[in-house]
Amino acid sequence: MSFDLAAGEALAVVGESGCGKTLMARALLGLTPDAARTTGSIRLRGKELSGSPEEEWRRVRGREISLVFQEPGSAFDPVSTIGAQIVEAVRVHRKVDRGGARRIAVERLREVGFPDPMRGLSEYPHRLSGGLRQRAFLAMALASDPAVLVADEPTTALDATVSAQVLELFDRLRATRGLALLLITHDLGSVAAHSDRAIVMYAGRVVEEASTAELFRTPRHPYTRGLLASVAGVSAPAAGGRRFAAIAGAVPDLATRPRGLCSFAPRCPDRFEPCDDREPALYRAGESQARCFLYGDGRLGTRDSERRP
Amino acid sequence: MSGNPSTPLLSARGLVKRYRLRSGLGGSRETFAAVDGVSFDVERGETLGLVGESGSGKSTTGRLVLRLEEPTEGRIFFEGDDWLALSGAELRRRRRDLQVVFQDPNTSLNPRMRCGAQVAEPLRVQKLASGRDLRDRVASLLQEVGLSAETAGRFPSELSGGQRQRVAIARALATRPRFVVCDEPISSLDVSIAAQVLNLLADLRERIGLSYLFISHDLAVVARVSDRIAVMYFGRIVEQGSAAALVSQPLHPYTAALLSAAPDLDPSVHRARIPLSGEPPSPASPPTGCAFHPRCPIARPRCRDETPPLAPVSDGRLAACFFPGELAPPTR
Repeated sequence: MSFDLAAGEALAVVGESGCGKTLMARALLGLTPDAARTTGSIRLRGKELSGSPEEEWRRVRGREISLVFQEPGSAFDPVSTIGAQIVEAVRVHRKVDRGGARRIAVERLREVGFPDPMRGLSEYPHRLSGGLRQRAFLAMALASDPAVLVADEPTTALDATVSAQVLELFDRLRATRGLALLLITHDLGSVAAHSDRAIVMYAGRVVEEASTAELFRTPRHPYTRGLLASVAGVSAPAAGGRRFAAIAGAVPDLATRPRGLCSFAPRCPDRFEPCDDREPALYRAGESQARCFLYGDGRLGTRDSERRP
Repeated sequence: MSGNPSTPLLSARGLVKRYRLRSGLGGSRETFAAVDGVSFDVERGETLGLVGESGSGKSTTGRLVLRLEEPTEGRIFFEGDDWLALSGAELRRRRRDLQVVFQDPNTSLNPRMRCGAQVAEPLRVQKLASGRDLRDRVASLLQEVGLSAETAGRFPSELSGGQRQRVAIARALATRPRFVVCDEPISSLDVSIAAQVLNLLADLRERIGLSYLFISHDLAVVARVSDRIAVMYFGRIVEQGSAAALVSQPLHPYTAALLSAAPDLDPSVHRARIPLSGEPPSPASPPTGCAFHPRCPIARPRCRDETPPLAPVSDGRLAACFFPGELAPPTR
């Protein structure tokens, strides 16, 4: 998979369980499991990161690329205060004394909308609500002013009203800090409201890439179309009554995904001759890219194999 | 068995469930009400959606109806009978009419038991079938939920999440219940699979006239599957009404805020989200007056002092708010 991410931009990576989105996120931080073999290139401001030794990755992680994930509880040491942990995170990357680090910690907590940041410093993680824990986690992730934030299902464990607050906080941080956001989620609602571009993953691959507006206006890949149709938006007219437009079949896991054919073919309503014979490339489809024969190899579009080096 | 069609299938009246607050050594004598005076009816063939965020008391309400826990106060009538008065063999016998589908089939199914045996279990326990008849019933139940008869010989681990939830539904249907409590039945499923399971529940409702209490945090899903909706906040129902009316014209400011936080899949529509500060209250320090007032954009002094009762507003709609309908619904 290939993509670019600009400063201040939010790129959403959307997909269901087992599509590979979390593994991809870990690879960006050099955190793939030992059994994984990672190939390809990851460049940050033009500097090659892939193949770096672990100590180089440690410098990059937190300082230049930070990660927040679903369960902020597991990011914190339960027996140490929020303040002590953010101060520690600041001092790992910066030569400041304890007092200076504390000032930065308070500043970060304020920036993420933590009410009463001074008091927040002395709170223990388990004493905080889910929403405040996620804010504290974000404050820690921002401790050393990273350029890129990878947010892996950051609001999945939160209530709807609180999740909306956190996503709006991301929007604000992009505007104020020029933070680049990689938003990894299964939630199409957050993609629609909080990203500029989106990548749809299925069975380990990108099946569609588009501007967010275009993705929702004209979804190209049959999987994207099915996904959008199967979600209940409150404002969507209930044309089907109680019925949802479901995608038949099951989500493949990476070990058993179909090979030598389009991996979505077994579930695809638009399946035709080439789909069972070979794997489609990413083809240009209007302003989007879609991994589907409907748009390539002489059908509606042109092959776009030279798109990226 | 009373089957008077004019009485609701299920009625809950003034349900209260108090728990002891967990604090310090030896526990505390203080209690809080996870469910605080909840009343509702579910008619035959009807789906009542129960929506709320974590800690709202929606799942506890479901557990009280199922008698997995006993309420501290209140009454429940099932088919006109005093449901809480039943015990022993009589309760076991009547439980067949009232079944449940939980959120996570991974924990509600036994990983060491073949799926067929799990679907058969309620039939065996209730002595409703045995031998050849039992095997046939299991096969037809599996078929009813869209699984092949071979699934009976499989272990849950050999199935996908969606298939496992279908097995759990087949098991719930085994005793031919009239009423099924669905507690977050799709929350552990992928989007594309969740849609299949919701369609299955809708099919079953039409085919065998099931009634559902559909418990979920997802207002968009609840609005789609329910005839009527009850919105819960901090142990109470704050709004109740027909699904269509509640979604198009919310009366309670919390409902309006929930609606504005629900996903809208059109990025060109920039909806004004109703900003709610803070988070749901903690049981350790319950707010005075209306439990929603600390987060409410239209709260007045009165809301801090008095608890608004759930009262009729119009056309069978109820709201627990002194200023119902005042907070404009989000524009779409």
